[in-house]
Amino acid sequence: MRNSLLKMVRENARLTEDQLAAMLNTTPDAVRRELTELEKEGIICGYHAVVDWEKVDPESATAMIELNVIPRKDTGFEELAETILSYPEVESLYLLSGGCDFSVLVKGRSFRQIANFVSSRLATLDGVQSTATHFVLRRYKESGVYFAGDQRDERGDI
Amino acid sequence: MQYDKLLSPCICGLKPSGIRRFFDIAAEMEGVISLSIGEPDFATPWHIRQKGVESLEKGRTWYSPNAGLTVLREEIAAYVKRHTGLVYDPKTEVVVTVGGSEAIDLALRVTVCPGDEVLIPDPSFVCYEPLTRMAGGVPVSLATRREDNFALTAETLRAAITPRTKLLVLPFPNNPTGGIMRRDQLEAIAEVLRDTSVLVLSDEIYGELTYGDEPHVSIAQIGGMQERTIRISGFSKAFAMTGWRLGYACAPAPILEQMLKLHQYAIMCAPTTAQHAAIEAMRNGDEAVQSMRSDYDCRRRLIVDRLRKIGLDCFEPEGAFYVFPSIRSTGLTSEEFCHKLLMEKKVAVVPGNAFGESGEGFVRISYCYSIKHIQEALDRIEDFVNALKNGD
Repeated sequence: MRNSLLKMVRENARLTEDQLAAMLNTTPDAVRRELTELEKEGIICGYHAVVDWEKVDPESATAMIELNVIPRKDTGFEELAETILSYPEVESLYLLSGGCDFSVLVKGRSFRQIANFVSSRLATLDGVQSTATHFVLRRYKESGVYFAGDQRDERGDI
Repeated sequence: MQYDKLLSPCICGLKPSGIRRFFDIAAEMEGVISLSIGEPDFATPWHIRQKGVESLEKGRTWYSPNAGLTVLREEIAAYVKRHTGLVYDPKTEVVVTVGGSEAIDLALRVTVCPGDEVLIPDPSFVCYEPLTRMAGGVPVSLATRREDNFALTAETLRAAITPRTKLLVLPFPNNPTGGIMRRDQLEAIAEVLRDTSVLVLSDEIYGELTYGDEPHVSIAQIGGMQERTIRISGFSKAFAMTGWRLGYACAPAPILEQMLKLHQYAIMCAPTTAQHAAIEAMRNGDEAVQSMRSDYDCRRRLIVDRLRKIGLDCFEPEGAFYVFPSIRSTGLTSEEFCHKLLMEKKVAVVPGNAFGESGEGFVRISYCYSIKHIQEALDRIEDFVNALKNGD
């Protein structure tokens, strides 16, 4: 039941325990227990809405920023990561293999605000060698949700 | 031209499909949310599509042998054996058709003589009755009931058999009810058939979509039944391949030989591109089928649970991708219910009587839709039923 439950709440965290129980052929109590367990184990780390911020504020902007850094002798990437993730503008932070070290997903009120954030807060950090800022021009899909309008049902009625 | 005098009275006398008429109204309206479509919402699994694309890239655009590509027939025989234990000779007992529908037509035409009676469970998919008539046969309805979970009972069958009975259609898992026949129920049917020479057209297009721990059982698996059974299945439902138009029939060689003749003259061969894709479906499609089935299963439970909470009596369908709740408690007929629901809440479901008289008092709800879509439609149905209860 665990994997099926995860798949369902991952797609829609607002399904009620009753609905989940019906789909999984179990009781609402069992669903509640399993969800609590998953949260305790740190497997489910949070629930959130997928928001199209551009509809709230057309000026708002998102950028993916690649950072190249020099890992510190004793702490490697960890200390720098901790500093970066503490900034409220940072929505996601990943350490990557390949061409750059960190990928930082930043949301801001405007392009200008993000540009300022990069030049004053990220680029100036000790150990950061270079930054490359990629602004998001259009969002097609995020967290499994389509942003380019609902997919049309092309099936005909038979 | 006086077409009404020129055209065949037999075909002109056929009623157009009752499902169609209803869809035409829905198609004219804005903002309709439908639970009426009878085909998977999934696209064909990519690895299967890819084999179709590859065959085109390699220029394999010719006719195939009449009965279908040899490799495909071998793979179908292997697939059927793997899932049912039934052994068919791919050379003489398998034909690849344009969907299960063509196979149904072939089976009826090669078995039915003028005046022969064909037993058809009611409600059932809309094609058996008109195709029986076109073959010169006399359709005889076998009522199935909600209290039997819409399975065909031995008593109903026994009471309907006459010296003119030629063929029994067994369309399970059933469209529109979602009812299935478990092994013991098939044993009882077989027991009735054993003393007769009645043939069986077993339409198992939804066979893979059987829920619960026990897999689908074919009547051909019951002792002595294979020799009288034309077993029809296809790729449309389980493999989400409706648009490829590919099905197949497995039957004893003497029957299949005649079906093949008709197929050869009317169709030549099933689409070659689709056949190349189907080889992959037979070889490596089980996992994708399993994954889609498990999604359907969740939706099925969700809808049944919700409909019962709304207060509509609903037996638990164990196959296909339909639920068939009773709407009698609303005091409306099937048509009235569907029409009112469409007009007032813009939700399209299909009246049960479109599938035969025994479907009156029920509606067909398809779950070939996302959970989100299903929830929205059910919210509207709940509002609708509550308003009816409150006499609004």
